[in-house]
Amino acid sequence: MAVVDKKSAGTIAFKVSAYVFCALLTVMSLLPFIIMIVNSTRSSVQIQQHAISLIPSKYLFSNFEVLKDKQMFSPIRGFINSIIISTGSTICNIYFSTMTAFALVAYDWRLRKPFFTFIMAILMIPAQLTSIGFYQFMYSIGMNNNFLALILPSIAAPTTVFFMRQYMIPSLPMEILQSARIDGASEFRIFNQIALPMMKPAMATQAIFSFVGSWNNLMLPSILLTKNNLYTMPMMVQLLTGDTYKTEYGAVYLGLLLTVIPLLVVYFLLSKYIIAGVALGGVKG
Amino acid sequence: MAKQPKGISYAKYGYLFSIPFVVAYLIFSLYPTIYTAVLGFTDCKGLGNKNWHILEHPFDNFKMVLSNDSFITSLKNTIAIWLMNFFPQIIIALLLTAWFTSHTNEIKGKGIFKVIFYMPNIITAATVAILFTALFGYPVGPVNDILVSTGIKDSAFYFLVDRKAARGIVAFIQFWMWYGNTMIVLISGVLGISPDIYEAADIDGANGIQTFFKITIPNLKTVLLYTLITSLVGGLNMYDIPKVFLNGGPDKATLTTSVFIYNQAFSGSYLYNRAAAASMIMFLIIAVCSAILFYIMRDKDEEKLNKEIKRAKKNAQKAARGQSWR
Repeated sequence: MAVVDKKSAGTIAFKVSAYVFCALLTVMSLLPFIIMIVNSTRSSVQIQQHAISLIPSKYLFSNFEVLKDKQMFSPIRGFINSIIISTGSTICNIYFSTMTAFALVAYDWRLRKPFFTFIMAILMIPAQLTSIGFYQFMYSIGMNNNFLALILPSIAAPTTVFFMRQYMIPSLPMEILQSARIDGASEFRIFNQIALPMMKPAMATQAIFSFVGSWNNLMLPSILLTKNNLYTMPMMVQLLTGDTYKTEYGAVYLGLLLTVIPLLVVYFLLSKYIIAGVALGGVKG
Repeated sequence: MAKQPKGISYAKYGYLFSIPFVVAYLIFSLYPTIYTAVLGFTDCKGLGNKNWHILEHPFDNFKMVLSNDSFITSLKNTIAIWLMNFFPQIIIALLLTAWFTSHTNEIKGKGIFKVIFYMPNIITAATVAILFTALFGYPVGPVNDILVSTGIKDSAFYFLVDRKAARGIVAFIQFWMWYGNTMIVLISGVLGISPDIYEAADIDGANGIQTFFKITIPNLKTVLLYTLITSLVGGLNMYDIPKVFLNGGPDKATLTTSVFIYNQAFSGSYLYNRAAAASMIMFLIIAVCSAILFYIMRDKDEEKLNKEIKRAKKNAQKAARGQSWR
């Protein structure tokens, strides 16, 4: 029938254009990474002749030697420093945000509502804007060049508190808390042994975002950490723009790749949860 | 206040469990905020300077920042770069949302596309910035390689010294990093719309385009506004990409306000007072934006409930006084 044909022709046209467009976006999103990976295996001379190629070469190790020789850029040092800071700040962020959310959900106290209103109000204030005062303060108490200055502020993370509260309201049954009280459990124990395990899925999602956010942070670490051996990964990356690397194209690509690998591994292992987490964060009342 | 059974009040635990947050906030956020605000009114400059005073004319730093050509340029750049990345981003995200949530035309591989489109967002911005300097390299860089070998351009183009090209690339990087995120937020917004509405539209014979503009978009208003404001606040703070890409250059073409603030304070001149004043100006702009967001995101259900409780109480009072509420 003509009607059906017309409709299916329209559907096919729609599908073709949709898939072509999505394929183009896929190329756009992936190509920079592919170029980076391929070029990290090519020599600087090869890259100079043809900067783009999809065929890997065999200079991966010689590029690595170049990186090692220059010694300024130390991905392993940066990796360890970033792991320490990101893990510390993620633990602080998740544990204390859940605790604050617990205070907001499980108890009835006079300042509960004003406190929550306050958390909502400070939700969007970026830490970056108060960096001048933060730096001066940390400098005056000798906390610059100290990882704790980047870890401890995560105890007060309004966005995580907000998210945890939203998740906790429907999923924490007050009856269980009541019966635990009757059994003689202290409130602190109730939080640690009953509320915390129930929040595991939400904590996992928030932990990923907290970790990645802390890992990628550039401004505050570059203000506070001035010693080369304390540099975080993004600060190490910045060294690759230096003059020493001006003609070492292959080595620069390899250096970039080394800083990206941990994130790519995390992403491909957890992409399902990450995307679900982004989706959850966007749906507000 | 509500009393717990057995007459024990647990209210104190509410306060107790909030202490870590409050203490950390006071020390690491509120105090630095006040400190920054105060520094904006002082003569504090130079490394390790502990002997600073409030200026005779306290608003001098603010006046100086607002009449500083670099600051004005940076503010204009920040807004221009944000606009240049936000509009393509929201349009493409909306288009993809319409396709990926279509009820009539199922697109296969949605999950994979989502994973790929979101990926740039998770990569360290500093790495991305350097990667793009390499990609747009001159005379040999992958982009120039493509342009010359396909014959689009006769000779290599030096993107990184061209003001417009550099600004365009920064906007493109921002777009490239964020369109996947925006798309996922919008899709989840659409999935939150009741399927009944779509069913009704389907029965009434609405086509895909009509459904999108007449149902999806109006129901997506809150989510769109949320996206707009979070993107605006993020855009006004843009630092990593312009700083690492070309450090605000060429000729201040990619200088954003955050890079300006950083350079004032930490790149040799140590003008902490000037940087603090600029921070406070940005703080005010962002505070206005987040006040709008706060207003949008307030808990509407709770508000309704509170109103109902109030009404019920009033009615109860009236009843107690022996009046009828008819």
